Amino acid sequence: MCLGIPGKVVETFRDHGILMGKVDFGGVSKRVCLEHVPDITAGEYVLVHVGFALAKVDEAEARRVFDFLEGMEQLGELDEVP
Amino acid sequence: MKFLDEFRDGETVAKLVRAIERRVTRPWTIMEVCGGQTHTIVKYGIDEVLPAGIELVHGPGCPVCVTPLEVLDKAHTIASRPEVIFCSFGDMLRVPGSRGDLLQLKSQGADVRIVYSPLDAVQLAAANPQRQVVFFAIGFETTAPANAMAVWLAARRGLTNFSVLVSHVLVPPAIAAVLDAPDNRVQAFLGPGHVCTVVGYAEYEPLVARYNVPIVVTGFEPVDMLEGILMTVGQLEAGEARLENQYGRVVVRDGNPASVALIGDVFEVCDRKWRGVGSIPRSGWRLSEAYRQFDAERRFEVEAIETTESSVCISGQILRGIKKPHDCPAFGSTCTPDTPLGATMVSAEGACAAYFAYGRLKSVDGARRLQPSGEVGV
Repeated sequence: MCLGIPGKVVETFRDHGILMGKVDFGGVSKRVCLEHVPDITAGEYVLVHVGFALAKVDEAEARRVFDFLEGMEQLGELDEVP
Repeated sequence: MKFLDEFRDGETVAKLVRAIERRVTRPWTIMEVCGGQTHTIVKYGIDEVLPAGIELVHGPGCPVCVTPLEVLDKAHTIASRPEVIFCSFGDMLRVPGSRGDLLQLKSQGADVRIVYSPLDAVQLAAANPQRQVVFFAIGFETTAPANAMAVWLAARRGLTNFSVLVSHVLVPPAIAAVLDAPDNRVQAFLGPGHVCTVVGYAEYEPLVARYNVPIVVTGFEPVDMLEGILMTVGQLEAGEARLENQYGRVVVRDGNPASVALIGDVFEVCDRKWRGVGSIPRSGWRLSEAYRQFDAERRFEVEAIETTESSVCISGQILRGIKKPHDCPAFGSTCTPDTPLGATMVSAEGACAAYFAYGRLKSVDGARRLQPSGEVGV
């Protein structure tokens, strides 16, 4: 129920004064309310739940876990026998 | 898809499992709060790749499951009216109330429609001024901005034929209820990532302090969940209890300020009944006084409907992490997704329905044991 899917904003527009947009989910395009991500621009990613964008996806933060694991790997920590 | 595929990558999952194995020396019991997280765990078999001794128990975070029987009966009564177009998310249609479910009602001729978004129901009301459009506004904090926006928009557009049947529930009081139970065995929580995307995690800090329990706000993909478990285990092994945020790509401490403001305008806190659990004080939202004219319970005079749950099933204990689905004699025999006896079987995200869907008909516990040395043995 609390499913949230990241999608790429393709275009933004206003409908009855509300910020809306077309958001692409891997080839499937949906109409999404963007009112609560007011600074969003086309090309950026948003997390969408029931046709409503809850937040902008922070790309730098998204890379953090992979950088962390790579760092551990370089230290050889993951390959040691516990 | 970007932000999905890389968080399901098998090699990254294997690295995280190895990191967890290196960290664990003792058995720990961790609850994932959200039904979506339960679904990920069972779907990808995350519990089966963890070191034995790390037990994941499934929390109360499935709003479809915990919507009380009497609210379903109110929905049924309202949807039966000829002037009503009753709109709902798809997962609510097959949830049985005491007089059947909404899908059966639809097959008998009632105008029950599945909508993707609450805003679609507002559009429907604008397009059908001669009908009454009612939206079934259930959910945790995650769904509240969309539901609040629908009500706000209906008010702004002056729609007098739109209303909502509200059954909103809140996560922090449910966590407190789990921890207050005398037979509680949960030692740490994976916090609900999408709930916290909306409202932030400041409200969880007092829970960490009061119960001395680690809470790690966690996402929903396998990589997210394993990193959340790694962070949780790190705290438990170090004897710490802190609030940490694994899901930083969308969660910040104070949530989304626009959403928090709109929710505060449209809703107010109330006591709420949870199916299988009972009443929890200050555990829900209802419409605030300023928006009470959009309350479907008032408009259709169904406020007085009360239903007593007569359940032989153990869903209340499953929702609080005390028991697992296979502990129930009815699981998979008299209780299945087609004929659910209780809360945790009624929705695909309920623990019992997830176990049933992925063929978990028997317990895997006991197949592997954590040896005293900390090594995983068979």
